[in-house]
Amino acid sequence: MIKLTINGQPQTFEGDAEMPLLWYLRDEKDMTGTKFGCGMALCGACTVHIDGRPARSCMTPMRSVDGASISTIEAAEEDRIGAAVQAAWIEEQAPQCGYCQSGQVMSAIALLKEKPSPTDEDIDAAMSGNICRCAAYPRIRQAIHRAAREIK
Amino acid sequence: MSIKHSLTESSEGFRLNRRQFLGGLGALTLAVGFGGRIAVAAEGSLQAGEFVPNAFIRIDKDGFVTVISSYLEMGQGTFTGLATLAAEELDITPEQLKVVGSPADAEKYMNPVLAAGGFKVQGTGGSTAMAGAWTTMRKAAASARAMLLQAAANTWKVPVTELQVKDGIVSHTSGKQGSYGEFIDSASALPLPADDQISLKDKSTYTRVGKADGMMRVDIPDKVNGKAIFTQDIKLPGMLVAVIAHPPRKFAKVASVDKTAAMKIPGVEAVLAIPGDNIIQGGVAVLAKNTWIAKKGRDALTITWDESTGSREDSEALFTEYKKLAATRGLEVGNKGQQVEEAPDGGKVIEAVFELPYLAHSPMEPMNALVEITDDGAHLWNGEQWHTADQAAMAKELGLAPEKVTVTQLYAGGSFGRRACPMSDYIIEATRIAKIAKQNGVTGPVKLVWMREEDVGGLFYRPMTVHNNRIVLNADGSVASWRWRVVGQSFFPTPEDQVDSGLMEGTHELPYAIDNMLVEQHLYQGDIPVSWLRSVGHTHTALVGEVLIDEIAAFSGKDPYQYRRALLAEHPRFLKVLDLVAEKANWNSPLPQGKNGERRARGIAIRESFGTVVAQVAEVTVRADNTYKVDKVYCAVDCGQVINPVNIASQVEGGVGFGMSFLRQQITLKGGVVQQTNFNNYPALRINEAPAVETFMVDSSNPPTGIGEPGVPPTVPAVLNAISAITGKFIRRMPLGAHVQA
Ligand code: FES
Ligand code: FES
Repeated sequence: MIKLTINGQPQTFEGDAEMPLLWYLRDEKDMTGTKFGCGMALCGACTVHIDGRPARSCMTPMRSVDGASISTIEAAEEDRIGAAVQAAWIEEQAPQCGYCQSGQVMSAIALLKEKPSPTDEDIDAAMSGNICRCAAYPRIRQAIHRAAREIK
Repeated sequence: MSIKHSLTESSEGFRLNRRQFLGGLGALTLAVGFGGRIAVAAEGSLQAGEFVPNAFIRIDKDGFVTVISSYLEMGQGTFTGLATLAAEELDITPEQLKVVGSPADAEKYMNPVLAAGGFKVQGTGGSTAMAGAWTTMRKAAASARAMLLQAAANTWKVPVTELQVKDGIVSHTSGKQGSYGEFIDSASALPLPADDQISLKDKSTYTRVGKADGMMRVDIPDKVNGKAIFTQDIKLPGMLVAVIAHPPRKFAKVASVDKTAAMKIPGVEAVLAIPGDNIIQGGVAVLAKNTWIAKKGRDALTITWDESTGSREDSEALFTEYKKLAATRGLEVGNKGQQVEEAPDGGKVIEAVFELPYLAHSPMEPMNALVEITDDGAHLWNGEQWHTADQAAMAKELGLAPEKVTVTQLYAGGSFGRRACPMSDYIIEATRIAKIAKQNGVTGPVKLVWMREEDVGGLFYRPMTVHNNRIVLNADGSVASWRWRVVGQSFFPTPEDQVDSGLMEGTHELPYAIDNMLVEQHLYQGDIPVSWLRSVGHTHTALVGEVLIDEIAAFSGKDPYQYRRALLAEHPRFLKVLDLVAEKANWNSPLPQGKNGERRARGIAIRESFGTVVAQVAEVTVRADNTYKVDKVYCAVDCGQVINPVNIASQVEGGVGFGMSFLRQQITLKGGVVQQTNFNNYPALRINEAPAVETFMVDSSNPPTGIGEPGVPPTVPAVLNAISAITGKFIRRMPLGAHVQA
């Protein structure tokens, strides 16, 4: 049996240990904020935090998260930095179709936790795993800078 | 009773278990349950307690306004544009409205702009939403307002001219006031104003239209917290997820399938052979309780394919074929003046053959659709872009009348035209799977989910093309004559002796003052289906046309901006946009040079598409190792009356980024097998390569024109022109890749 916590709630899992965390969240826990984009850790749509670090849930088998603490987009607003990022995203009117944005927001939160005042290079490095086919990149960049100012 | 009718916004009778599907995490956002009410409105009977003056506006007893969108929200901001128009004419605040998608209804919701162009569908495409809604939504809201004001006047027994409205509150000079909600009952009893009696606000009184803070995007709050619901997110009780194995060689058929291993996987409910045809690929579908199990089951299949019907298409061979065709006379599309055979003294002949690849749409949400076959019809849950065409295709597949198929509109995670597939391929595939499942005793709604690999390999590409140009230049650098021949598959089903307007748009209508111009077309009947991709024909014709203008200007050493200016002297609208971008980009002052070993330059391009003129200046750096970076793109736009300036800027930024991806993308085929599978080999622009974008809008009072697509066409030529200005080499083949030719 795999034990883990999701957004602070303890969970147990007894199914296929090879199932990626993404599908456990989406199809078993009905937490559909975390998105499926590529299934190969190429696009970042499925980004969650595992023990505080950003991870691609589509390539994270359940067996590897035994004992882990997962946080997802659904709990982002409960976090001070998460709330600041979401507010900045709205202020800058960043999303277009929105499908990549859960992943973008989760990657941005992880970046700001590590580097509260990121440079453009830091943003490039931390966010280049997150594809936005709508190319909302200029606003995503501005929103990260805005959130950084807000959390000072 | 179809599922649609059992759903209402407030009822506990959701077939969809909210808690189950949202994990108790918040309210349903895109009103997944709105089907019932809309269906009622669409049937013409009023929901008790609501004022429904027309198909686009509903107002409840609290004065809360529901704006009904006949268009898909796929990221382009249409829901917000509609909200802006409704709020402007009704004088309400953003908090007093919401926007929901309409059902499919050809009569009520036909796209007026597409219909005028011959596509009689309810559909979202061609950047037509605001152009159409500018009339329909404003009139719908203004007539609702007029009726509510008349109702207030009747109630208070005062002349209607003494009333005004602010923030949804009607007030009279006497001090009486009340919310719209108080008058909905009496307004419902009033006759609808005649069309010519509806008066619209004057531009000078706008408080929201054209204002930066007029209306924030209505869909954005739910797109930052994971609550926005896409097709991928819908889970119905008893629903099965279908993951399909398409034939690797396109249009091959299943000869046999060994499903033993797949059926052993717990949770796999069925393995079904799905016959393909000339529209859908078909193959073998695995239906399971969840997506992962379905995929695992799919991956466990052993399939033998009958390749006798399979495509043998090979894109490299096709380029060779196209180039041969391009050397011969084609169908005349436009012919002005006389072609000049030889270059005059001191002049030059430019022979330029361009090769441009197939491109996939590759939206962030891979294609999917959820189909439920009911006792007396069927229901589709989809980010639906081609509403009534898909409805008809689904009905045909099931042998039903179109009205027996109902649609719940959801957000789409991008589309770029893929969800408006002219042949409804993915809808037919989902429907066929659900139909065959039912025939095999497997009941329950079926959600077809394409993995990214099926999406990239899912055909209906932007057609590959060869452009053969012959331009004769006079000694002074002016164009003596230009012959432009295009070879490709038609975007729209078009007989060989007719002009395909999609393939050829932006060739013969070039605005430049060129007296002698001949445009020809060769249609190739390939077996790889193609379709429109964001900005359609302009994805290739803007590239060729604008790169050639730079090459023409270069012959006489003219500045490419000034050269364009001279050729556009008769087109003030183009000149204004061109001058604006040149001014903002500081075109006339030198570009600051880069670090050691870096070379920098600007490139310019302009294009009218979907009624909108966009000019761009790209600032590009070529590094010592011949990699390049697009640092910044300045954009100037004339899209008529600006409705939401922030959304326009956002769409243009996105258009630039979408175009930037073309620099690296291509779909190639070998022996009928698509070579690209996922973002590793079909790359998309990422943030580290995304340029800064600045957008400037021309102030205009003309009716609004498109904005979802027109940002795309000028980007690639502007970038290529900058690169050519650095390297001195003109680029003829796409994709460019990561390096420029030194
Ligand atoms: S879905 Fe996980 S990175 Fe794309
Ligand atoms: S907002 Fe559409 S993919 Fe990012």
